[in-house]
Amino acid sequence: MDIVNQLQRQFIDHSTSLHREGIVDDQFTELQKLQDENSPDFVVEVVSLFFEDSEKLLNNMARALEQAQGVDFKQVDASVHQLKGSSSSIGAMRVKNACIAFRSFCEAQNREGCLRCLQKVTHEYSLLKNKLQSLFRLEQQILAAGGSIPVAK
Amino acid sequence: MTVERIVSETKDQFPIGMRVLAVDDDPTCLLLLETLLRRCQYHVTTTSQAITALKMLRENNNKFDLVISDVHMPDMDGFKLLELVGLEMDLPVIMLSANDDTKLVMKGITHGACDYLLKPVRIEELKNIWQHVIRRKKFDRKDWNNSGSQDKPCADSSEAAGIGNADNNLKLNKKRKDQNEDEDEDLDENGNDNDDPSAQKKPRVVWSVELHRKFVAAVNQLGIEKAVPKKILELMNVEKLTRENVASHLQKFRLYLKRISCVANQQANMAAALGTVDSSYLRMGSLNGLGNFHALAGTDQLHNAAFRSFPPSGVLGRLNTPAGLGIRGLPSPGTIQLSHVQNSGHSSNDQSKMQSFVPGNHNTNILQGMPMSLELDQLQNNKGDSRIGELPTVNSTAVFPVSGSLIDSQIAGFSNNPLLGVKSNSLMLEGSSQQATLHACNLRDGVSAIGFQNGNTLSDFASIDPVSSRLRDSKADLQGQAAPINCNAGPMIRSVPQEWKAPRKDALYQSHLMSCSVNSSIPVNGAMVQLDQCLDRNNSIFHRTMDSGSMGPLNFFYPLSIKHSKGLNSAMEPSVTEKEGYFTYQLRPQGNHIPDNIGSLEDLASAMMKSDQDKRKSMDGNFKHDNYSRRTCM
Repeated sequence: MDIVNQLQRQFIDHSTSLHREGIVDDQFTELQKLQDENSPDFVVEVVSLFFEDSEKLLNNMARALEQAQGVDFKQVDASVHQLKGSSSSIGAMRVKNACIAFRSFCEAQNREGCLRCLQKVTHEYSLLKNKLQSLFRLEQQILAAGGSIPVAK
Repeated sequence: MTVERIVSETKDQFPIGMRVLAVDDDPTCLLLLETLLRRCQYHVTTTSQAITALKMLRENNNKFDLVISDVHMPDMDGFKLLELVGLEMDLPVIMLSANDDTKLVMKGITHGACDYLLKPVRIEELKNIWQHVIRRKKFDRKDWNNSGSQDKPCADSSEAAGIGNADNNLKLNKKRKDQNEDEDEDLDENGNDNDDPSAQKKPRVVWSVELHRKFVAAVNQLGIEKAVPKKILELMNVEKLTRENVASHLQKFRLYLKRISCVANQQANMAAALGTVDSSYLRMGSLNGLGNFHALAGTDQLHNAAFRSFPPSGVLGRLNTPAGLGIRGLPSPGTIQLSHVQNSGHSSNDQSKMQSFVPGNHNTNILQGMPMSLELDQLQNNKGDSRIGELPTVNSTAVFPVSGSLIDSQIAGFSNNPLLGVKSNSLMLEGSSQQATLHACNLRDGVSAIGFQNGNTLSDFASIDPVSSRLRDSKADLQGQAAPINCNAGPMIRSVPQEWKAPRKDALYQSHLMSCSVNSSIPVNGAMVQLDQCLDRNNSIFHRTMDSGSMGPLNFFYPLSIKHSKGLNSAMEPSVTEKEGYFTYQLRPQGNHIPDNIGSLEDLASAMMKSDQDKRKSMDGNFKHDNYSRRTCM
């Protein structure tokens, strides 16, 4: 089936680029491996949860950093730490790295630095989200066309 | 179920089906962890709140084999959770964090984590976590065995009987292991030594069933809290029985009561062991201890065993077993003497513990009583701080490894807060009902067994699972408990008589009682003695429990001199010395250095409490076996 093959090829390309660009790492692959007949939507589920949670955390950080009276760096740090944990759990490497850098600015209590980091993290996060959503869409299309998802690597 | 059972149930498939509780506030990580764990074929329960996790764990000690927890959580610090779990339930805890900072890892280890994993967690790592469960079980069991080496049978049975809390018990044992071992050894040695000399010095009173029955009746009549040797003696109206005899017997009895309350679970065991005696005990309601009591009275060895069986390692649940063991063993020898052991184990906990003999509520009461003394310092022993203060929560950990469960068990009987005074102090532990054990009443002989819980006993109780749980609640109960104990004591005492026949034991009692010199001149002779008696045997037990750090310095020096021809030697009068605020029962050998008029129970209680506290501090779970052991051999 042309369509299926086409879609599958697209899927592979997309997946490869994600890894190549470092948007996701091996942990993501592990996640995909965990998906099976018993939990066919596992990856989507986890990633969706991640998106939800991350957005909340990013908002927390933004709010905390906006405080005119004084930034509660501890709170910011806590949020960053959590984001770091969850992003590493799903394999969102760039987001994770951005968080690591973010934390050092939090420790230094450097508001400017934190704001910059927040920007970077938000950017990486958006990128990740877009890419993953495209990937999932492709998956669905393949399945809808009757094909099977190519196994990563 | 016992560890053994648990293990065997899943043994074939273990680690498949291992029950894990996963705690992480990050939903993404939690879901991932859950999936990974399920992939490893474990049985997973998840929660994002540490508080919920604790609640789940406390609800049922045996529901989980392992806990995995994140370090950073909003509602509670992961390390704190780790500590609490270790203290209360003694389950292996694995820490999880995205932060691999060495300091944090170190912190995890010092707080007792058995492993520290970094996020993202890989399935390969999770595939091996079951080893921690096995290791802990083995370790605990071994410790326990070591501690109670002398009482192998008891220990084994205790383990076997595990009673549900086996795991916990084992774990507790592990914690207490050192103490127990030390204590046991000390006690045993001392006890033996003391026995001879004291025996030689004074003729011993044989507490026959009849005699004991009278004793119990007298105590009942007076009320456990008000039962002083003098009055008991009067009521009993037995010729040639001295106040000292009664005092020491009372002490034992008290210990016994304490013990029973702790070992409510062991009722069954006891029943089996004691046969008729058991039934009588069982009648008493949760006076399981009684059964044990008697049984313990049997042979010294049994006592030891019995006590041993109560290794703190979460033995609360096990108390039954040891008791049972003791009992079983005892009957044969024919001298079911007040099983000091039973009480002693508990009694050490604290005077407050004595309270725990609250029949019926035992569990709660006991704990209540117990925690008190223990909690005070002892609790701190182990994990230190959290224990004591936390009795309520720590249930088992602090004071008794067996939190709560003990209380239920059996402290019934004597949960009366023998030491009223103690109560107040001892309530610290949450009103460990254990107090009952310390009934200040001069139930010298009889009570000795009653969980004299000077601080130390708490530890014993602590080990009792039932107690531990109760401890939590016990605070409030403790007060209440006091009352019930009285009632229970009565019946218990009655049933006890049967057991108390061993002439030899009497001597022991006496010595025990004596040794428990309650310096504070509190006529806690009985109680103290018991402790002593138990001490011999209980050394192991006490020690065990003591490790919870509670039991203040129970200096039970069972004065072997207690041998009284008829019965209680006045020398037995345990003197509760308030040393540094601890109620130290020092049974001075030979003679009662403690005047009978130790004053009111309250005094005794307070003294005891104090000494307990002191003891606890010093003992830190190390029940001063020396004192006990020496004396116990009446």
